[in-house]
This record gives sequence, C-alpha cells and structure tokens, in this order.
Amino acid sequence: MTPELDSRPQLSAGCRLNDPKQQPRVLLMPEKALRLLGPSLQIVERCDGQRTVRQIVSELQSIYAQAQPQKVESDILGYLSLLNDQGALEFTNPEAGTRGAHAAKS
Amino acid sequence: MTNISVPTPLALIAELTHRCPLHCVYCSNPLELNARASELSTEQWTKVFHEAVELGVLQADFTGGEPLARPDILELVTAARGAGLYVNLITSGLPLDEARLTKLVAAGLDHFQLSFQGARPEIASEISGTTTHAQKLRVLDWLRNHRVAVTLNFVIHRQNIHQLEEMLAIAEASCATRVEFAHVQYYGWAFANRENLLPTREQLDSSLELLQRAQERLRGKIRIEYVVPDYYAKYPKACMGGWGRKLMLVAPSGEVLPCHAARVIRDLTFENVTNRSLREIWENSSAFQKFRGEDWMQQPCRSCDRRELDFGGCRCQAMLLAGDPAATDPVCSLSPNRSKVDAILAAVAQTTASTVSPETKLEWTYRTNPA
Repeated sequence: MTPELDSRPQLSAGCRLNDPKQQPRVLLMPEKALRLLGPSLQIVERCDGQRTVRQIVSELQSIYAQAQPQKVESDILGYLSLLNDQGALEFTNPEAGTRGAHAAKS
Repeated sequence: MTNISVPTPLALIAELTHRCPLHCVYCSNPLELNARASELSTEQWTKVFHEAVELGVLQADFTGGEPLARPDILELVTAARGAGLYVNLITSGLPLDEARLTKLVAAGLDHFQLSFQGARPEIASEISGTTTHAQKLRVLDWLRNHRVAVTLNFVIHRQNIHQLEEMLAIAEASCATRVEFAHVQYYGWAFANRENLLPTREQLDSSLELLQRAQERLRGKIRIEYVVPDYYAKYPKACMGGWGRKLMLVAPSGEVLPCHAARVIRDLTFENVTNRSLREIWENSSAFQKFRGEDWMQQPCRSCDRRELDFGGCRCQAMLLAGDPAATDPVCSLSPNRSKVDAILAAVAQTTASTVSPETKLEWTYRTNPA
C-alpha cells in the first residue's frame, strides 16, 4: 500500500519509540524492535497523528536539501509502507468534504 | 568492561510467580515450582528491570504462573516501564476486571497477550482444569476500550487442532492485531502429557495449510504467526535464538536461567539476582557460558553448515530425549538419536487420535500449584 499524501500517520497501539536517553534508538513493537538510524528516526518521530505525509516529506526535504526532492519523497513513502506492513502505523485519512477547506486554510 | 564475545540480550522473561488459577496440562513451568514465600519482592524486581536496561535489554515479558496473581502487578508494570522497558503481559485473563485493566494500561502496559486453551468452554476446562473461557471473552470485550497492542495466543495440540477455524473467528471478532498459534513444545508438564497432546502428521499438515490460507486472507488486518511442533521438523528450532544469545529468564525466586526448561539439565547451577548483578550472570555465569559458541558441540553439529542457524537446536530436548544435553537435538534428521523421535511419532500414528468427547475420558497430569 502507498500512503496518501494527505493522510496523517501515527504509531499503532503498542508501538512506540524508546526513551531519547537510550541508545540506540529503536521502534518498540510486539515481539520486535526496529533499530532507527538518521532519516528513519526523523520519519518515525514525525508520525504523530498531526502531520500529514506531505508535511513529513517537506520537512525531510528541507533537512536533506542536497538530495533529490523526488528521491526523498519516494524513500519516505517506501519506508511508511514498510512500517505499515509490520502493523506499526495507523493512517487518519482526511474526509473528502473537508479536504478543500483544509487546503485553503494552510 | 564489556566482554565482547557475549551478545546483548533483547528480552527479559520475568516469571513473576509460579502461582496460577489454571492447571494447564502443557504448562511451561518446571515440575518443581517456586513457593510463594521465595518470590522476589517489588523492590527486587525493580532492581532487576534497571539492571536489564543497563545491559541493553529492550523488552520485558511478564509471565508466570499467572502474572496477575501478583498483588503488586501495577507497581511492577510501572517499575519496568519507568526503567525503560517495553512491557508485555502474557496472561490467562484471570484474575482481572475492567478497572484493573484500566490501571494496567495507565501504568504503561504496552502489549497484552491473552492465552486461550481452545475455541470452546469444554476444551478450555479440560485443558486448564478450571473454568476460564467466558472470562477470556469478557476480557477481549474490555480490551476494545483501551489503547494497548493485543495478541491472542492459542496453544495447539491434538485435542483442539480441529478448532482452528473457530479460533480464527474469535480473533476476527476481537480487537487483536496479532494471533499466535503455538503448537505445544514437549518439556515439563507437556512432556508428561505428550501421549494425549501430540497431533498426527495429517492433522499437522492440514492445520498448516489452513493457517497459510488465513494469513493470506487476513493480510493487513491480523498478523498470524505459528510455531510448529518440532518433533515433525526436519531440522531443529534455534531454541531461544541460541543459548545465552538473546533471552534470559528470571524465575520467581530470582534464579536466572537461559530458558524455561533448563532445570532438566541437572549439572547446571543457576545464579540468583539477589547475590549477583544481571550483567555478571549473563556474561560470566557457568550456566550461560555452558552452551555459548560452538566449542561444546558434538558431531554432526560441529561440522554442520546449519550450526550458525539453529545452534544445535534445543539443549533441554537433547537432555530429555538423548540423555545428553550436548548432543545434537534429537529432532534433527541428522541426529543419531532421530529414531527415538520417529518411534514416538509412529506411536502417535497408531493411536486413533483420541479426542475430548463425552464418551472418552483422558488421563492427564494436571499442573499443580506451589506452596
């Protein structure tokens, strides 16, 4: 599944980051832990149910300004899709009727 | 100083108590149970959790007996979470009410694993020696209202293997996102009851087909995992991910074991967290060092290409079936002792696959309770 740019990802119940004081940083989930390095940590930290996929892409494009913007976007979509396959993410999709209003506000 | 040859453990199996309201005929607890009076205190467990995190452990599996039988379970969840651990609770769902569940989640419980003895009350009572099934369904209902990961654990054997479809229906109607179908592994109480528990090869094969189809059908909704009975396998399981490589178990009395069944290996001595730090025990104790690496291996393991995949299989099974804990796991098709496993399977194939019914009365050795 490819995540929609307007959806808002957040970590599923029972999935969370370990404490920032602990090293290495990992995504903890049932019977599993994924080690997060660099961009993967920056992506997961932004899956807060507030930001849209589009916002996450744009923030990472600013951080990695040297990289091809298209490449950053496709890498992020690929990673979100992988996390979703593991049951780590829930996506809140914008309701069709409010999408225009939301876009106008921002 | 870190001993570089010793790997970092991933999870701590915390057997909080051996007390349990159930008497399951395949319980993974040892035949000699720890008495209530010998159980670690809240403070001692808290120290263990901090030492575990310091050692690099990420997850704590709260199990038992029945972990909810500890009156201080909320404090223990708070302490483990506070130390920095991901907290799994592996429970029968007894004794629990919705208020206690609410408090457990508020205390930081990450993952609730509810065990099932079957899909119907009759089989659950036969296997657990008590009444449990209705309570489990109530717990499943309560869990809908809480933000916690939910896994259902179905333990599979000859007496309930025909109920897989009904078990899947329970899972699909629930809020669980993960289901484990774990065939009984034959140690301790299960070893004593093996005759009534081991399925036939035909039963096993059809159950695997059914579960593979369910995995496909439920992809994206429920993750289905299954563990096969290794007596039917060609190669052994990488037991515990290798001896002293990933996991450690702290028993109710504070003894630290490389696995649930390690007490069957009589010449091992287990250190206690009340005398030594977890790090000293993990890195240096004779019980953990005994089967680390490859030096202890015999042939055919010693020169086998698979030795880094399965680490020679299970030491406790080698003890139980071959009488030698350093032998190749007898379930391995390359083991000189494989004929012992084949003889057990041949006997199963001979039986008319007796099952629980009003007409048959099976003889069981029920798990007892500690003093």
